[in-house]
Amino acid sequence: MRFGACSLSTTTQLQAQVQTKSKKTLARPGVKNIVLVEGVRTPFLLSGTTYADLMPHDLARAALQGLLNRTNLPKDAVDYIIYGTVIQEVKTSNVAREAALGAGFSDKIPAHTVTMACISSNQAMTTGAGLIAAGQCDAIVAGGVEFMSDVPIRHSRKMRKTMLSLSRAKTLGQRLGLIGSIRLAHLTPELPAVAEFSTAETMGHSADRLAAAFGVSRLEQDEFALRSHTLAKKAQDDGLLQDVISFKVPGRDIVSKDNGIRPSSMEQLKKLKPAFIKPHGTVTAANSSFLTDGASAVLIMSEEKALAMGYKPKAYLRPTYGTPKALERAGLSMSDIDVFEFHEAFAGQIMANLKAMDSDWLPRHTWVGTPPMEKFNLWGGSLSLGHPFGATGCRLVTTVAHRLQKEGGQYGLVAACAAGGQGHAMVIEAYPQ
Amino acid sequence: MCCRFGDLYKECCDDDCNYVSFALIFLFTGNNFRTFSMAPALLARTHVNYEVKGDVAVVRINDPSSKVNTLSVQMQREMTEVMNEVWANNAVQSAVLISSKPGCFIAGADINMIQACNSPEEVTTLSQEGQKMFERIENSPKPVVAAINGSCLGGGLEFAIACQYRVATKSKKTVLGTPEVMLGLLPGAGGTQRLPKMLGLPSAFDMMLTGRNIRADKAKKMGLVDQLVDPLGPGLKSPEERTIDYLEEVAIECARGIVSKKIPLRKEKGRMQKIQDHIMSYGFVRNQIYKTVHGKVMKQSKGLYPAPLKIIEVISICNSSLCEANVTHFHGCFQNFGELAKTSESAALIGLYHGQVACKKNRFGTPQKEVKTLAILGAGLMGAGIAQVTVDKGVHTVLKDTAVAGLARGEQQVYKGLNDKTRKKNITSFQRDSILSNLTGQLDYRGFENADMVIEAVFEDINIKHAVLKEVEAVVSPHCIFASNTSALPIKDIAAASKRPDKVIGMHYFSPVDKMQLLEIISTDQTSKDTIASAVAVGLKQGKVIIVVGDGPGFYTTRCLAPMLAEAVRVLQEGVDPKKLDGLTTSFGFPVGAATLADEVGIDVAAHVAEDLGKAFGSRFGGGNVEVLKTMVDLGFKGRKSGKGCYVYQPGLKTKEVNPDIGDILEKYRITPNPAVSSDSDVQYRLVSRFVNEAVMCLQEGILNGPLEGDIGAVFGLGFPPCLGGPFRFVDSFGADKLVEKMRRFEAVYGNHFTPCQLLLDHANDSSKKFHK
Repeated sequence: MRFGACSLSTTTQLQAQVQTKSKKTLARPGVKNIVLVEGVRTPFLLSGTTYADLMPHDLARAALQGLLNRTNLPKDAVDYIIYGTVIQEVKTSNVAREAALGAGFSDKIPAHTVTMACISSNQAMTTGAGLIAAGQCDAIVAGGVEFMSDVPIRHSRKMRKTMLSLSRAKTLGQRLGLIGSIRLAHLTPELPAVAEFSTAETMGHSADRLAAAFGVSRLEQDEFALRSHTLAKKAQDDGLLQDVISFKVPGRDIVSKDNGIRPSSMEQLKKLKPAFIKPHGTVTAANSSFLTDGASAVLIMSEEKALAMGYKPKAYLRPTYGTPKALERAGLSMSDIDVFEFHEAFAGQIMANLKAMDSDWLPRHTWVGTPPMEKFNLWGGSLSLGHPFGATGCRLVTTVAHRLQKEGGQYGLVAACAAGGQGHAMVIEAYPQ
Repeated sequence: MCCRFGDLYKECCDDDCNYVSFALIFLFTGNNFRTFSMAPALLARTHVNYEVKGDVAVVRINDPSSKVNTLSVQMQREMTEVMNEVWANNAVQSAVLISSKPGCFIAGADINMIQACNSPEEVTTLSQEGQKMFERIENSPKPVVAAINGSCLGGGLEFAIACQYRVATKSKKTVLGTPEVMLGLLPGAGGTQRLPKMLGLPSAFDMMLTGRNIRADKAKKMGLVDQLVDPLGPGLKSPEERTIDYLEEVAIECARGIVSKKIPLRKEKGRMQKIQDHIMSYGFVRNQIYKTVHGKVMKQSKGLYPAPLKIIEVISICNSSLCEANVTHFHGCFQNFGELAKTSESAALIGLYHGQVACKKNRFGTPQKEVKTLAILGAGLMGAGIAQVTVDKGVHTVLKDTAVAGLARGEQQVYKGLNDKTRKKNITSFQRDSILSNLTGQLDYRGFENADMVIEAVFEDINIKHAVLKEVEAVVSPHCIFASNTSALPIKDIAAASKRPDKVIGMHYFSPVDKMQLLEIISTDQTSKDTIASAVAVGLKQGKVIIVVGDGPGFYTTRCLAPMLAEAVRVLQEGVDPKKLDGLTTSFGFPVGAATLADEVGIDVAAHVAEDLGKAFGSRFGGGNVEVLKTMVDLGFKGRKSGKGCYVYQPGLKTKEVNPDIGDILEKYRITPNPAVSSDSDVQYRLVSRFVNEAVMCLQEGILNGPLEGDIGAVFGLGFPPCLGGPFRFVDSFGADKLVEKMRRFEAVYGNHFTPCQLLLDHANDSSKKFHK
């Protein structure tokens, strides 16, 4: 249910009044233009592969350094650094700060970490854009990081309680008493919850129910997954994924490619058993996004600052987070959009979203139709490239900017859903070349 | 006052929700697409139809005239017709059986159909016919998959377990069970044979003897259903509609899987199951089980309920290895069913079932204003209990007390109630938290201007009641209703201090509020009809069974209880031990003995009530000496809440011993018993006849609206023996003349305590007069 609401709220953000097609700029008088100067990411790797021995801030650091290299940005020219992450490493709970310091940014630059499930880095960018719009900052680095190769596995609550009491125990007798109270049950570890706390439902389970609610068949999901992998492979082979930086992993090789792209065949996909709802579910390992390690970073500036520093911006950002009317507010209709980049957590979820947009589910007056597939996630998506929860948002935005440049379009639309029934949408306008 | 029976009962009847609108929609939209071939006789059939999807026949059940599907005569006839067509159709390989009603698969056999039968033989025939059809389904060459969403009870469950495979939704409304025992019946259509085979003896006994509802996930673990389907959220259709479609799709796949042998019908048994089966194969082990279960049932029911004993008997015959497949005993089962259906106990229990359904309706109509904010004064056991049953119904609940300590205790009680539900997995911790966010605890009257109703649960003292009434009226808005949770003070006395007596009403809850189902609503001559409608609406929302009675000292319930307790005190004074007194009352069918009941109610409350009502009704309410109770209160023996009363209560200890100190008190007030009226049976009838006489008098005086509400109030509020069906049904079945005869004998010894009232005399004089037709 939650997932349903979440994904659907994403789609409601596409509501728009029917507008005459005008390819004018969306700049409004009195409102600062915010531009995307550059966006990079580390290769997204299946968790447990080459990044296995790192820590989250190492990945974030790599993305930040990659951004610095690409832009030649002086390390003190940034006003603020914001990072998004989902599963937090307790040792680096403000991972933004740890990564920034480790990447050599001035310790005078404040940094904070945000978390909002799969749209954490979207929120990092939106927060940054807000700071620029409010006139507090001119240049922001936003990013996201997720590291699933290592997650905080805790002692049980009972054990933690005993250990905390132990640290307060004053006498040997008290200590021995506490140690003696430890039972086998105390030793059962606590894994980080994959399920949403409020609904106690895992995302995969939820996606399966969502797909069923919208009548998305297994075949449709598998076809979509195959499409995603095929397009990603092509984009990778054609060298379109310019946002990927090379990263020398300490003690290992240089990594410069995403390693989760595996175009397979429908026959292969058909063989898989459902991963969550057994035995009749439709969501499988192959039509879901996989556990991924990765980090991303973008440099966002006010237009005048970017131009003053001699940058050639890639795109205008028009974040409208929280408004269910991304298009309406931008005064655009679906046909004005040249590039769509939607987050694909599960094939079933994205297909259900598309069906919902094309159904009676939405009130008629807000009906905008579905994005045409020939403009949709053309360079692969989360299913194939990977989905490091906290880092995906920046990838989506950077990809839109790059696709607008490559394909010559003017407007792009980013949409993503997140656990907890939340969603995010952003309109991106190409910077005149 | 705790009535275990009522607890069991609650779940059984909750299924009667508002399904009508859905049912209608389905009737008209169910079959307008994807239909390959229609049954030729479709138009003639109203309850059962089918469509063939590929090689699977989807048989849909929908009783158009009711909120729930029942196995009525027509349903059975149409089902037989449809199944015959399915079996005859060569294109069909398998079948799916599904209900088109969102909250109900089949809720059971049609009770009215059973009641309409004139003789046990007629019921036997009915049961046999049902079983015949199930037997054909069980032996069907084409596998039949039952797709269960919503209640699957009684005959519905027996139908489902006759099918080859069961798929159920994990919806909250999906419950499986055999509630027959609660109606004084036994599962009469094969349940007694199939359930033990399917689940093993222990689980089968548990199901059939408790009649409890089993949720889908538990049913899967027990092996009662084979596969679960998640209910769906919003999508292309409404969640209810789409969930049924989804269930159907999955069930069709299962049916195909069974035909293609991809899904095995015989599941590999686990090691524990194998061991259990092996042990059970020994006759003496089974006999030992029957003996143990029989002993337990006898202990709990005192042998007053024939149904559970018959169930054990039937199971023991049907499962003895010698008689496997012996047709005569199948016949025996049906005969037993027929006999049970015509017992007075079954009539009493079915009467209660009907009464309960009637008392879950608002005969005063829809109130003008819905109560969205309810304020409760006093966070004691009662106040917090009322908060507990209100806050989880989406009503903003304000709990006000005068002291921080009292408020904290009350809020903790509400939290604990919800947390227990979380621990039992009835609700999630998130639901618990969001429910609790609807509760406001406070010490002042802040925000009372938003209250639509205020229920006071403060100390039982008219002056305190007047004080809070005035305080409340000074702060609330004009539409706000003031309800008093008093157990004995006349509402008109409380309303005397009110500026708007039309908004004053009595709402008498029973302790513990979250367990006791009864709510007694008391209206005065001045109470407006809309105020009553509003109070009933709130009570229904809280899940209560409601009786609405007239005003007077003790209203109905307290007034009936008081003379019985007065008699109980006299019995104690006559030298009967509290344990013996409890034994006499429980063996009559009361779930709680009289002495224990006094402790539960509180000796102080009992003393208070005895004194008040004694003043109001005069010597008729005499009997035991009130001083006995007063002395106990003075010594601090206030009942369970103070740890000592008739018994001593020690936390953690289940057994309780008689309070040794009351011996001296009773010795002091000792009366010599009259041997002519002191046999065990006489003592029982002394207690019961005073209760019953007072109940009849309440009807005579117009306190009661009718005998039905009188029965419900006595059983659900005071634990009057459910097997007797309530005081009025008891008079009908026992005979008013016989009761009057006994009372005259007691009257000769004790005087007007036992003088039968006029209405009872009328019934005694004319045997054609019955309270229940």
